[in-house]
Order: sequence, then C-alpha cells, then structure tokens
Amino acid sequence: MPGTVAAAIAPSMSVNADQVRHVAKLARIAMSDAEVEKMVPEFNNILKWVEQLGEVDTDGVEPLTAVIDNELRLRDDVVNDGDCRDDVLKNAPEAQHGFFAVPKVIE
Amino acid sequence: MSELTTKTIAELRDGIGAGDFSAREVAEAYNAAVVAGRSLNAYTVETPELALAAADAADRARVAGELKPLSGVPLGIKDLFATEGVDSTSGSNILKGFKPTYESTVSGKLKAAGAGMLGKLNMDEFAMGSSNETSAYGPVISPWKRNDGGNAALTPGGSSGGSAAALSAGLAAGVTGTDTGGSIRQPAAFTGICGIKPTYGRCSRWGIVAFASSLDQAGPMAKTVRDCAILLEAMTGFDPKDATSLDLPVPNWEAGLSSDLKGKKVGIPVEYRIDGVPSEIDALWDKGVEWLRDAGAEPVKISLPHTKYALPTYYIIAPAEASSNLARYDGVRYGLREAPEGGNLDAMYAATRAAGFGAEVRRRIMIGTYVLSAGFYDAYFTKAQKVRTLIKRDFREAFAECDFILTPTAPSAAFGLQEKMSDPLAMYLNDVFAVPASLAGLPAMSVPAGLDGQGLPLGLHLIGKELDEQGVLNAALAIEERAGFTARPEKWW
Repeated sequence: MPGTVAAAIAPSMSVNADQVRHVAKLARIAMSDAEVEKMVPEFNNILKWVEQLGEVDTDGVEPLTAVIDNELRLRDDVVNDGDCRDDVLKNAPEAQHGFFAVPKVIE
Repeated sequence: MSELTTKTIAELRDGIGAGDFSAREVAEAYNAAVVAGRSLNAYTVETPELALAAADAADRARVAGELKPLSGVPLGIKDLFATEGVDSTSGSNILKGFKPTYESTVSGKLKAAGAGMLGKLNMDEFAMGSSNETSAYGPVISPWKRNDGGNAALTPGGSSGGSAAALSAGLAAGVTGTDTGGSIRQPAAFTGICGIKPTYGRCSRWGIVAFASSLDQAGPMAKTVRDCAILLEAMTGFDPKDATSLDLPVPNWEAGLSSDLKGKKVGIPVEYRIDGVPSEIDALWDKGVEWLRDAGAEPVKISLPHTKYALPTYYIIAPAEASSNLARYDGVRYGLREAPEGGNLDAMYAATRAAGFGAEVRRRIMIGTYVLSAGFYDAYFTKAQKVRTLIKRDFREAFAECDFILTPTAPSAAFGLQEKMSDPLAMYLNDVFAVPASLAGLPAMSVPAGLDGQGLPLGLHLIGKELDEQGVLNAALAIEERAGFTARPEKWW
C-alpha cells in the first residue's frame, strides 16, 4: 500500500545528517562532514517547500507518463550502429588495449 | 560596432543573396565582436575559423546560385549541444576537455542549412540555474546596466545566459538555447530579445546533454520574431535517434507569420497575478492585452487552478530525472577522473563526482536521489507526476476557451550577480511563470515589450496549444509591432 506509506510520512518529512550521508552514498558523491551539515537545512527547506503538493487532491489521477502523445516506434531488427570503438574510447580518461580502464575492482 | 552586426537574420540572408555584402564580411565582423566582447564571458570556446569556413562556402554558393536558408548566418551554440571536435562541456568541470566525435542533431541541422558557428556559449552548469552563476566558467555579465548611475553587474538570466548576452550584445546573429523550465524565455526577457521553446518533441534532443529528459527542449533566441521563425524551421524535424521526437512535417512558420489576430481569443490566467510582482510588470501585462486587442484578439479570463503547484512539482521531477541522467558522469568514459591513491572503483566514482559537479548540481542530484529512493518514491515522485497531469489538464481546459495565453515572462527584471545565489528557493521562484508550460510540453515564447523604471528590459510571455508554434509566433509578432521595442544596451565592454 504505497499510498499509506506516503500518508504516514508526509506530515513531518525531514532529513538528518545520517540520511543526507546515505543519499550522498547512493548518489556516489563524496561529502565531508562539514558539507553534510551545511546541506541538511538546505535539503529540509526544499523538501518542506515541495511538500505543499500534499494539499492537492490527486485521488484517481493517473501520473503523467508522456507529456505529448506519441507512439513508441519499433525499428527494423538490423545492426545500424557500431564499428566505432576508437570514437567511443576517444574521450576516456584512461583506455588500454581497446577498453576503458578503471581501478582494480576485485582485490 | 560594425553595422553588419546590427542586422537581423532576415536582413543578412537577403543582403548576402542580393550581393550587398559578402558572408565573409559578416563573419569577420562577428568574429571581431566576439573578441571585443570577451569581458561579458558569454563564450566558453571561440571558433572563428568555423564561422569563416561557413561564410566562404556561402559566398561560393551565392555565385553558384545554391544559397541555403541560413547561408552565411553566424550563430552561437549553447555549450549543452555536442559539437563535433569542439569542446562541449555543459558549463561543468566534470566534462572538462570533452570533444564529441559527433554533432547534435539540432546544431547539425543549422550547419546543414548553411549557418556558421562562432563558438560555444556559456550557461549554468548542466542548465541548472536561472542566473548563469552556476557555470564552471564563472558568470556571464549582462550587457545591460541599470540607469541609476551605479555600475552593478547584472545577470543575463539562465540557464541560456551566454546565449542571451551574446545575442543582445551583438556577438552573434542568432543563438541556440535550451529550455527545461524557462531557460530560453527568462534570459530572453532579461536581455530584451526574443526566444521560443517549441512543443516538446519538435526539436530532437539527440546530442543535447540531458538534464530532465521529459522537459528538455531546444529553441532559438534572436532579435526578432521573424528571426526566431527562420531559425526554428531549421532546427525542427523528426529524428529517429530521439524516441520522443515527433514524426511530423516542419511547418513553414516564417511564411505563415501574420499579426492579424481577428477571431482569436487571448486567455489571461487569473492565477498569474501573484503577490510581490512589481506593479510595472502587471502594468506591462495590461498593455500587452491592449496590444493584442488592437490586433483583433478578444481577451478572456481563464483559470489555471494548479499554477501555484507547478514549481514544487518541477523541483521534484527535474531533479529526479537529473539524478538519473547525471549518473553517467563516473570518471570512466569521458571527462574528469579523480582516483584517490589506493582507492577502489566506488571511491573513484565518489571523488570524481564530488570534484566535478558544482554546488547546485550536487544539490539537485541529492534531492533527485532522495525523491526516487525506496519508501519516498510514491510520496514525492509519483505525487508530482499526478499533479503534473492536473497542470496539463488545466491548460487543456483553458484552451477550450482561448487560442493562446498571455502572461509576463518573469516576475522581475534582471537582478544583480550574487543577489540570489545564497537562497536556492528565491532563485527557483524566478521561473514561476515559465515552468507550467514546460510541465505541459507546450510551445511558449518571450517577446521584449518594454523597459522598467531602471531601464531594464521586460518580456511578455505567450503560451500556445500543442503544436501551435504559429499561433505563438503570430501573437508575439502583434506585440512586437506594437511595443516598438528598439532599446539596445549601451556598449561599455
């Protein structure tokens, strides 16, 4: 029952430093403690402001999915791209042997 | 300033065609203006050689009798467009050094129509901002000054701030912008120029760095309504490489221009009279209604009841889409990489993104990540998409009673640099009149209509029905003809 969860959270949604740290981790953005502390009130101000949407009765309203009606097209099932490895790698910070190179993933 | 840089695109096209001057003379005049205007910080990259090459091709085409619609017209291209072999960084450090191996569909169409590129235009980082102050290249300075004797540096608006400043200072004959929540229209209003955002899907998004994909649309900014029509025709058209591109023929908007509005009804939304808007702006709005009445249109009061919820809806949906779109900047495939000594892959992602994104972009990615996260998705994102449905419905019902809608473009004239940077919400509120049309995917345009008491430009805003760019352009033309707006910034740069 997602609606119930929303209603239960809606009146007093605010975040603390730990939650901001968690969101930063999800977003893969390194943040110092000072940056986290600075972001907590900014974050809460914005959340408090967007929560005025709670006033709007949206019962029975479908969420918008396409802003202008448009049929999704199917293309022919043929190879129509590729054979451009050097172009793809051209802007890589580090490329080796025709691949993107990254720090060691498995120790 | 060379006289050539004061000409409209229509005048350049006709003058080159008639042999009154050469395309090379035009390109040289603009290349010189770009160099002379460096203190505005409007361009991030200058490409005089590309402008000259296109000009020489135009001059050869004239001799051969093969002129194209934009032969010899020098344009500035917003840095959000990928341009082959030329730095395309979206105003961000994270894309430092990125040279695409391909050309965006829209800039490619302009080049195919004969236009030359003067350079890339400064912008808010990833188009997130309303003052051009979030750019990694530093803010653009508006060519306009208040007439109070002070020398305060003003914003040209944003996110297409470099585009607006370059056009109004005569550093380009026309420019491209992109508009996610007002980024063409608000800067156009702040700098006394025209700018149109077409219906969502008219211009291909392929090769335009994505911010909020359900909202992003490219459009032109130019001196006149006619110039906007000319550029929009060249930019528009079906592109199989964009799944949301509309498969429709491109209308001949320039030929269709007519300021005779007999039989048309102009809607005046009661909810757009909001507190805190200077009385000069309300008065200009009233004047706009009278101009349209003079052109034959009948004003009718309409209601868009969910207007006040448009901004909070936008500031859920746009950051949510941005957090997803900007996940691609990971230090692996392009741009910046920060790899802490001995750190693993995750440490590289986090360090790269912390070093590469500016404060506003980080803030929006964080908000977007939060509203999409488990447990909060329905409360925020789904709720916002439902309210978006209601905002779109408001417009549909209003358009049963009118043909187009007139509002002010922005709730203020240009503000000073640093005036709003410390308060993100105050900055967001600047787009209060622009955002509803973005959420509904509708064509909308700003046309310069007057100066405020401090000598700064103010714009009027026309919103049209889906696919009715012609109606928007025609109403804007009627205002342009009656407003007689000829003010230009006094050259100080």
